[in-house]
Amino acid sequence: MTEASTAKIYGLHVAVVAVLVALNFVLPEYHHAVLARVLVLAVFAMGYNLLFGYAGLLSLGHAMFFAAGLYGAGLPLYHLGWGVPAAFASGLAAGLVVSAVIGLLALRTTGVAFMIVTMMFAQVFYLVTLYFGEWTRGDEGLVLQQQARQVALGATTLDLTNPDTRYLLAAALFATALFATLAIVRSRHGRVLVAIRENEERTRMLGYDTFANKLAAVVASGVICAAAGAAYALLFGYVGSTFASVQYSILPLLWVLLGGAATTLGPLVGTLFMYYVVDITSGYTSAYMLVVGAVLILLVLFFRKGVLGTVRERWARWLP
Amino acid sequence: MAFGPHLLLATLEGLVTAAVLALTALGLSLVFGVMRIVNVAHGEFFMLGAVLAWAITTAVSGNPAVGFAAALVLAPLIVGAIAWVSERLVLSRIEYNPEATIVATIGLLYIIQQLALTFYGPEARPVAPPFSYRIQLPWFGYSGYKLSIITASALLLLATWFVLTRTRIGLVMRATQYDREIAQAFGIPVGRVYGAVFALGAMLAAVAAVLIVPISQAHYLMGLDPLLLSFIVVIIGGLGSLRGTVVAALLIGVSDGIVSVFFSPTLAKIIATLVVAMVLVFRPQGLFGTAAK
Repeated sequence: MTEASTAKIYGLHVAVVAVLVALNFVLPEYHHAVLARVLVLAVFAMGYNLLFGYAGLLSLGHAMFFAAGLYGAGLPLYHLGWGVPAAFASGLAAGLVVSAVIGLLALRTTGVAFMIVTMMFAQVFYLVTLYFGEWTRGDEGLVLQQQARQVALGATTLDLTNPDTRYLLAAALFATALFATLAIVRSRHGRVLVAIRENEERTRMLGYDTFANKLAAVVASGVICAAAGAAYALLFGYVGSTFASVQYSILPLLWVLLGGAATTLGPLVGTLFMYYVVDITSGYTSAYMLVVGAVLILLVLFFRKGVLGTVRERWARWLP
Repeated sequence: MAFGPHLLLATLEGLVTAAVLALTALGLSLVFGVMRIVNVAHGEFFMLGAVLAWAITTAVSGNPAVGFAAALVLAPLIVGAIAWVSERLVLSRIEYNPEATIVATIGLLYIIQQLALTFYGPEARPVAPPFSYRIQLPWFGYSGYKLSIITASALLLLATWFVLTRTRIGLVMRATQYDREIAQAFGIPVGRVYGAVFALGAMLAAVAAVLIVPISQAHYLMGLDPLLLSFIVVIIGGLGSLRGTVVAALLIGVSDGIVSVFFSPTLAKIIATLVVAMVLVFRPQGLFGTAAK
């Protein structure tokens, strides 16, 4: 990696974040609200991408990590009256614990079995959120009140229900996750993950502990997804078991594939694009699942590398 | 009702579940065994079978038995044709890459589900059973139709077993399963075998759905549970093993029937799913399978 490409990479990422922050001041109200949501969901997709794109592990259970953050933050805030920072931290902690346990178990399997096992654990998690309906209110979910979603910062109060605050916090979370992913994939650990994806047996022969590296990837991915979940609960004030259902394990896969697996900015591109595709088509037809299904099939048939993956292959080899 | 008859009733209900489950799971297992792919859209073929059964029985007037017989023949054929087309158009082009196949069949799942919602609607609709004869046991009356499901399923399982082990078609399938390239070298049209196996797997799910729909209801979201249960059965039975699949379906179906009579169904599902996930983690070859080569 040359000096020049390092400068280009950081330049690009800083520019993307700067544009996102600048958009806060120019976007019309509707798109402003959409983008705030997309940024949080893009963090979810970035967490997924770390495991799927770089480490090559296809999980069908990431809704469980998102929901761990969602409930980890939402439940203490709702039932115990915790403040926003404490709730966010407990969301992260929940993601850490869930992903470490699931990683230890699910990584004993490989390939197809890994997908099925993660899907089943996620289904168990989903059913658990329904089973404890007394506290979670199941599908109906919990609505976090406005006065609970405020942070006192010295004399001023940060109101998470204010659109500008919400947008800027979402952008801050996005930037943190983006640079964290960038740092991980450019580190030695990130290189080992790619090596595992390409040939696990050979990586082990070279003396790397593949299990420990994969476990670290699952945990990092789980914590990033949990951060997205916790932020979603706090910023948008809703916690429901829909977010733990199978559909929310499929969506990040779709976003990542579309934007380009194993590209740092791909998840944002995919999430943004898909959100608007569904948004626009639902203006004409209620058949948005048809669009999701067709896009998935067309992607695997004709466009395996996604948007940024293709850009990298054709024009910009330096893209991380 | 005393405990004994109660248990008998639960077992009978469990046997009906097991009969339908065995057929559905066998379809999934066959596709996995021969083609080495996981078909996530399998539950949607099941749903399609039920929805088509409703459409056909409503279109045919007169005796419900006539409409039902027509559904039993036509619905699996239509579903099989749809499966065959999607296999030829999509799966064969991505060369059965395991991960791409999962993504593609997820796409298929969404498309089928949406089409069912658009053309069939969000309602759950009943289908009249072909006959309503009640068998009077000493403690309670039991639907004769439910017993006939068990018989029909057993016959179909036997037929599948016969085709797989005693006919030329089965031999060709097993040869493809054993070694795809050698089979091709010996002149077996592997592509056509794959298309046929995928269609056959979908047809088994559709038949199961047509059989069950008079006692449950047709609904566009009904595919998820059979899919997860089939995964469970196929895993417990050992991926790609016919005998294991049937034994596991009996085990899961009957214990599900008994457990859900005595415990909360959600808790039963949680425990069952967790146990199976653990089986897959600690004994990946399944309880009855042998270790992979």
